[in-house]
Amino acid sequence: MQTWILTKIRIRLALRNKTFIFFGVAMPLGFLFLFVLIFGHGQTGMIAYILGSVLTITVMGSFWGLSVQLVIFREQGILRRFRLAPVGAGPLLASSILANYVLVLPAVIAEILICRSAFHMHTWGNLPAIFVLVSVGAATFSAFGLIVASVTNSMQETQVINNLIWSAFLFLSGATVPLAVFPQWIQRVALFSPATYLATGLQAAATKFVTGEELLTDCVALIVGLALAFEVSRQLFRWEPEAKVGGKGKLWVLVALVPFLVFGAYENRNGDRLAQLHKNFSQLDSGPHQTEAPADTAPAQQ
Amino acid sequence: MSQPAIEVSPTSTTVPQSGVIQVRDLKKSYGDVVALRGVSFEVAAGEVFGLLGPNGAGKTTTIEILEGLRTADSGEARVAGLDPETAGTKLKEKIGAVLQSTNLPDKLKVQEALTLFSRFYKRHSRSDPAALLRRFQLEEKKDAFYKDLSGGQKQRLALAMALVNDPEVIFLDEPTAGLDPQVRREMYDIIEELKTEKKTILLTTHYIEEAERLCDRVAIVDTGRIIAQGTPRELKHRSAGTTRIEVRVARPLREDLVKSMDGVLDAREFEGTLVLHSSHAPQTIVSLVKTLEADGNELQALEMFSPSLEDVFIELTGRRLRE
Repeated sequence: MQTWILTKIRIRLALRNKTFIFFGVAMPLGFLFLFVLIFGHGQTGMIAYILGSVLTITVMGSFWGLSVQLVIFREQGILRRFRLAPVGAGPLLASSILANYVLVLPAVIAEILICRSAFHMHTWGNLPAIFVLVSVGAATFSAFGLIVASVTNSMQETQVINNLIWSAFLFLSGATVPLAVFPQWIQRVALFSPATYLATGLQAAATKFVTGEELLTDCVALIVGLALAFEVSRQLFRWEPEAKVGGKGKLWVLVALVPFLVFGAYENRNGDRLAQLHKNFSQLDSGPHQTEAPADTAPAQQ
Repeated sequence: MSQPAIEVSPTSTTVPQSGVIQVRDLKKSYGDVVALRGVSFEVAAGEVFGLLGPNGAGKTTTIEILEGLRTADSGEARVAGLDPETAGTKLKEKIGAVLQSTNLPDKLKVQEALTLFSRFYKRHSRSDPAALLRRFQLEEKKDAFYKDLSGGQKQRLALAMALVNDPEVIFLDEPTAGLDPQVRREMYDIIEELKTEKKTILLTTHYIEEAERLCDRVAIVDTGRIIAQGTPRELKHRSAGTTRIEVRVARPLREDLVKSMDGVLDAREFEGTLVLHSSHAPQTIVSLVKTLEADGNELQALEMFSPSLEDVFIELTGRRLRE
């Protein structure tokens, strides 16, 4: 009940905030138009792939927004007032994640509709798969943002950490630069990033190349990451700006990365994600896309 | 109910037994800074108890330990029979509090704030937010954003929020700090209304008028210790029969001249103001004028005050209470 009440209030507060309207709606749509302009090359076949990339960036935006908001609330003493009430860290954090999920949906829906109507995307993609990945991804990256807010001791520190992590998410996932164009070793490193699972999953779902097994892998990785990230952020949650997190406390962050380390190791050793990724990328053209998933292939040779 | 004035030493081990708020030998340090050096007091049910002292005396640290926001290094505290450090939500259901500085999201509306916070509590203990809006004259501002409220309105909202659960104990940390005199008096009226409802209130302040007007009993706090405790009347009785005369002169007076004036019991200087405690104010003033004339000095300002808690503070610490 407390989580639901807090979620409603957070949604209302966000909708009254011009910053949210810009970063949460205008900027993602701006990315879409920019990517189509730069990478579309007039090829309608590329639009679905671009949609997957832009959806990834939109969903990952949750990471930045929530970390900054939580730190602001703590530094301004707002969390302090909540601490006097019988409400714990769990409902506060959960409501952040839920509210953010609701708020990300309009931009996601708008991006899909614009690609279909204005940019003549051939298909709707695998809409159920997109919905599942957007839902899980928004929650997971929100939780990652909450971890950052829980371990950083000032807004300055938060901004620095956010920039570093955000850059890695953007450029080592395939959301901006297609992974297939990177050297092999970078592609292998990218398999350890949570953003890679979201980006490759959404790109495949938008272009309808995704198989049930691939979707399952991405979702499992993200859901386990979400659960661990939420619990770590709840354990490290601080109400007061004076309460600092020491070095040992910050190491708890690594716990949230465990599933991606495991999946990354597995994919590097046994998986065919990179091969599938190359194949999907090479099949992007101006014509209609095949509706059946391609057969599994051996990992790409060095 | 009057209790005898008590001068409490820092090492007092008096064990309160029956108060709604019980504090025994509370100690707290922040690194090298000692905030509390062994504070003990008790607040009875329905009583308004004040912690009066200058900034940095330890008042806020004390109240925040009782609210459960901070943990003491040693000592014992009980609020409504619960240990603030371990009671968690059980304590929060029973208390209401106004922090020294309350802050809410800028775009949160007044009515939303009251409704939100009331929903955190169990249904049976919730006050009606609409009734609180009326009581604290915030009805017209119910749809205003928090950032658009004046200082007085924000403080009234903070007080209303402290009452959403009809609490057993109310903590008010400097409830009128930074407010202009008229708004401050409005807040006094509200707090006096709470008094008539027999709420147990612990109030911190550095305003003498506030302590004298609102509190049934006062503990004067300085450098982490309670240096005097009792009803305002009992505390002022220490200075009964004396008048405080505050004087500003063109040039500082020699100490021997000051002490030689008729009726002067005590003389101290604070930032260019000479503060005299006199047993015979008229004689002291005549003596002062003659002394200034003989010294070729000029009287710039003179004020007389009846005994107040400030005099108690000056007597015990040698310093002024007000900034």
